Amino acid sequence: MKSLLARGSELASSKEQLKILTEVSEKLALPSFSDKLKEVGLYPMLPTGVNILQVNLGKLCNQTCRHCHVDAGPDRKEIMNKETMQECLVALATPGVNTLDITGGAPEMNPNFRWFVEEASKLGKKIMIRCNLTILLAGEKYKDLPEFFAKHRLEVVSSLPYFQKRRTDSQRGEGVFDRSIEALRKLNSIGYGVPGSGLVLNLVYNPVGAFLTGGQSTLENDFKKELKQAHGVQFNSLFAITNMPISRFLESLLESGNIDAYLEKLVTSFNPVAATSVMCRNTLSVGWDGSLFDCDFNQMLDMRIEGKAGKISEFNKSVLDSREILLHQHCYGCTAGSGSSCGGSIA
Amino acid sequence: MAQETTYYKPEDLKKFGNIGEFGPDLAKKFFDYYGAVFADGALSAKEKSLIALAVSHVVQCPYCIDAYTTDTLEKGATEEQMWEAIHVGAAIRGGASLVHSVQALNKVKELGV
Repeated sequence: MKSLLARGSELASSKEQLKILTEVSEKLALPSFSDKLKEVGLYPMLPTGVNILQVNLGKLCNQTCRHCHVDAGPDRKEIMNKETMQECLVALATPGVNTLDITGGAPEMNPNFRWFVEEASKLGKKIMIRCNLTILLAGEKYKDLPEFFAKHRLEVVSSLPYFQKRRTDSQRGEGVFDRSIEALRKLNSIGYGVPGSGLVLNLVYNPVGAFLTGGQSTLENDFKKELKQAHGVQFNSLFAITNMPISRFLESLLESGNIDAYLEKLVTSFNPVAATSVMCRNTLSVGWDGSLFDCDFNQMLDMRIEGKAGKISEFNKSVLDSREILLHQHCYGCTAGSGSSCGGSIA
Repeated sequence: MAQETTYYKPEDLKKFGNIGEFGPDLAKKFFDYYGAVFADGALSAKEKSLIALAVSHVVQCPYCIDAYTTDTLEKGATEEQMWEAIHVGAAIRGGASLVHSVQALNKVKELGV
């Protein structure tokens, strides 16, 4: 599979994606997300303060997953340069910014990834790496990554759509499950996910089809039991994340004829409690070119934070802490049911 | 398209909540009870969902099959668990027919065959 961009798909355009979400919402007479927030007294959506800097090191990836909201893949070449990483480090040093959340694509494929982590770790902040697991087996260049992660006490967060092969491979590509298990064993062997080691390994579950996530704690118990029994693999926590109706998952919804039902389900499952804790309230997302966004999804929809402090080079925490968060219909994805964030359920 | 020529329409499932239009008090009692039945208890919500999937097949309710196929997936059930549950329902349904053959057996003997 190639990225939407490489295939010349209309869905590679964020404008086209937003247009589809608007058209479907109008057709089904679904309320706008802003109106829904007004109903529960949460509009405008305001930050609680930038505590997490989520930095996307680029769209280059060794995998091409069916649901990727980044439209990442081996054919994408956009990656963050060292100068922009330096600017991220300046922002990270700001008091109150406590966590660096590194994502991609496969962020490890950025040639300056290790330098970035080394510099960031000198600041004494918590660092998370969103690792797709298979990159750890992608050749000599990457094989010591587990030890590198451990040296800098990175919290590893890895996608594993399911504890069985069929569903995982269906979403992430043939053979991904077996390689993911091998990578998890490698991480376990140096202490990641092992109680008492202090090395945290969390897994991310997102549904393989057009349905929402159920109870995170039940799923975590199932994952722990199944992975331990069948593969001897351990991990710390499971983050259950809702699939956003954007990018390649939007393509999948359109192709399968599920777009109307899925969007309607997200809207009818709106949970005001989840809406109070959405990740955009304490997270700032940095694009590969240094542009700033309220979250990773707004980034992929090119919904930039406008005006002053719109680039990481202009990072100004007090200005950003008082901004208004940009909203669209995809935001229902974070507020449906138990809610969803990069750290899993929120309600 | 086939649904257009039958009484069952998938889009009617989401109107389930409207059944109280002409009888809100009883509908509320039913939905409160329904919600309590499916909450985590001595059985987990996932186990209850699998039971509901099996029963949906036994009572042959298309709405229930759609709802509980989705629900069991949302609760993280494997396809193996779902189909084992369906077979449990089918076995009971088949067994319920077959156990009545004891009556046929009795009758055969009563008739001195």
